[in-house]
Amino acid sequence: MSGFKLFVTFFRIGALNEMQYRVNFFVQLFQSLLALATGLFGLALVFEHTTHLGGWSRHELLAVMGVHILMGGLIRTTIQPNMERLMGDVQEGTLDFALTKPADAQLIVSVREVRIWQTVDMAMGLIVLLVAVLHIQSQIGVWQALAFVAALLMGGLMIYSFWLMLTTGAFWVIRMENIIELFQGVYQAGRWPVGIYPDWLRTGLTFLVPVAFAVTVPAEALTARLTPDVLLGAAALTALLLFVARRFWKFGLRRYSGASA
Amino acid sequence: MRTLVDLYRGTMRIAVIEQFQYRVANYFYMIGMIAEPVIYLVVWSTVARAQGGSVGGYTPGAFAAYYIVWTLVRNMNIVLTPYAWERRIQRGQLSGELMRPVHPLHFDLAFFMGWKVVAIALWLPIAAILIAAFQPTFSTTPLGVAGFAVALWGGFLVRFFLMWALGMLTFWTTRVSAVFELYFTVELLFSGRLVPLSLMPEWAQQVAGVLPFKWAFGYPIETLIGQLTPEQILTGLAMQAFWILVGIVIVGGVWRAAVRRFSAVGN
Repeated sequence: MSGFKLFVTFFRIGALNEMQYRVNFFVQLFQSLLALATGLFGLALVFEHTTHLGGWSRHELLAVMGVHILMGGLIRTTIQPNMERLMGDVQEGTLDFALTKPADAQLIVSVREVRIWQTVDMAMGLIVLLVAVLHIQSQIGVWQALAFVAALLMGGLMIYSFWLMLTTGAFWVIRMENIIELFQGVYQAGRWPVGIYPDWLRTGLTFLVPVAFAVTVPAEALTARLTPDVLLGAAALTALLLFVARRFWKFGLRRYSGASA
Repeated sequence: MRTLVDLYRGTMRIAVIEQFQYRVANYFYMIGMIAEPVIYLVVWSTVARAQGGSVGGYTPGAFAAYYIVWTLVRNMNIVLTPYAWERRIQRGQLSGELMRPVHPLHFDLAFFMGWKVVAIALWLPIAAILIAAFQPTFSTTPLGVAGFAVALWGGFLVRFFLMWALGMLTFWTTRVSAVFELYFTVELLFSGRLVPLSLMPEWAQQVAGVLPFKWAFGYPIETLIGQLTPEQILTGLAMQAFWILVGIVIVGGVWRAAVRRFSAVGN
């Protein structure tokens, strides 16, 4: 059975499950709208006092915000719920059930959960992005669009690798819940292009927590800022992170002795 | 009255001991919280520099001072979340609390006051690091320091009572999250948490003036970093006292109505 089919199956089960709670869709929509309103207000406030922020215009920053919401929605739809469940499984000893299944363990623990109502944020991010792009009025050709999609995919993969490495830490340090709070705090930094942060912080946001690649780089692709070597660098880093995350996961798994009866 | 004082002392002591035990968890929580003000600080320092050194009366150094004190005030602003009421009512914990001869509010208040002592102690090293990293400029006056010492706790009380009252909505409806989130958003915008209120447009500052939120958040910060005149500091303390009183009155009224509605579930 291919990994893709496994993903689709789990996605269908997750979707059917959440379809039972339709009111949650409106709750999610309301919360997403509030978050969007707050973000727009913050942006408007900044541009009440200035015309450019770190070389970015108002609509270019709107594009950054769109990517930030879109990526945040993606993280909360699939990456974060799976990793949260993995943490819980390690704590309670129920990970054994996933490990005994006849498929790659990393694949299983990465596709089991899906929160479809969080896709509201992805849709909203896309709308914001679209509005921003229409206002920027720079010519977006096929290549820019392709670079954007590629950068977005690679950013998602990097965030996934980062999360997997963090969560693998649960094999040693059982209690990891506060890590989630920490990540969400740091991810907020991606709302603004990383170029405005001081050097030490920018380095951290690029390599320690790949927020820069997840949000700023895709936005750069849409605003004619992206150079081919940054994209190539992103590809190399994605491959490296995926590789390291897999090795670390396997290493942690070897150490894990199971906790269930 | 003496028994009440004893109750507060006992509960606070327990809270202090308990929270010091979980100091690592407390630290993780506090560090996660730092990202937010650091982001605001960087954005507004960039704006200030682009505008020739200052915006809305704040230089980058003054912004640093604002957002570093912000981290302490934010910690002091953490009180019983209104979501906790869902748990209390669903699991029947409230029934047990109602059996006690004193109002349950006293236990909450004493517990959070004890926790705040721990939060202040744990905050000091964080403040030292932030000061080294962002080099704030304070123009603090002795009156500002004294006013801050009172206003910090005053702000805590303002938020404590309002949140306690808000949480009691749970007695009437279980779909409370939308109301709570709306409340938090308005609070974020008009308290000075997002940005010092002097940077807001005129209309927003006027709205903030009639709402309680800035007295719990922006006002204590501005008192310490030296943005306020002595009259403004003293008026602010009076405003805090006013909103604490309003909070107590609301809590008292809502509580009486709520308990009458409440029929116990669980143990």
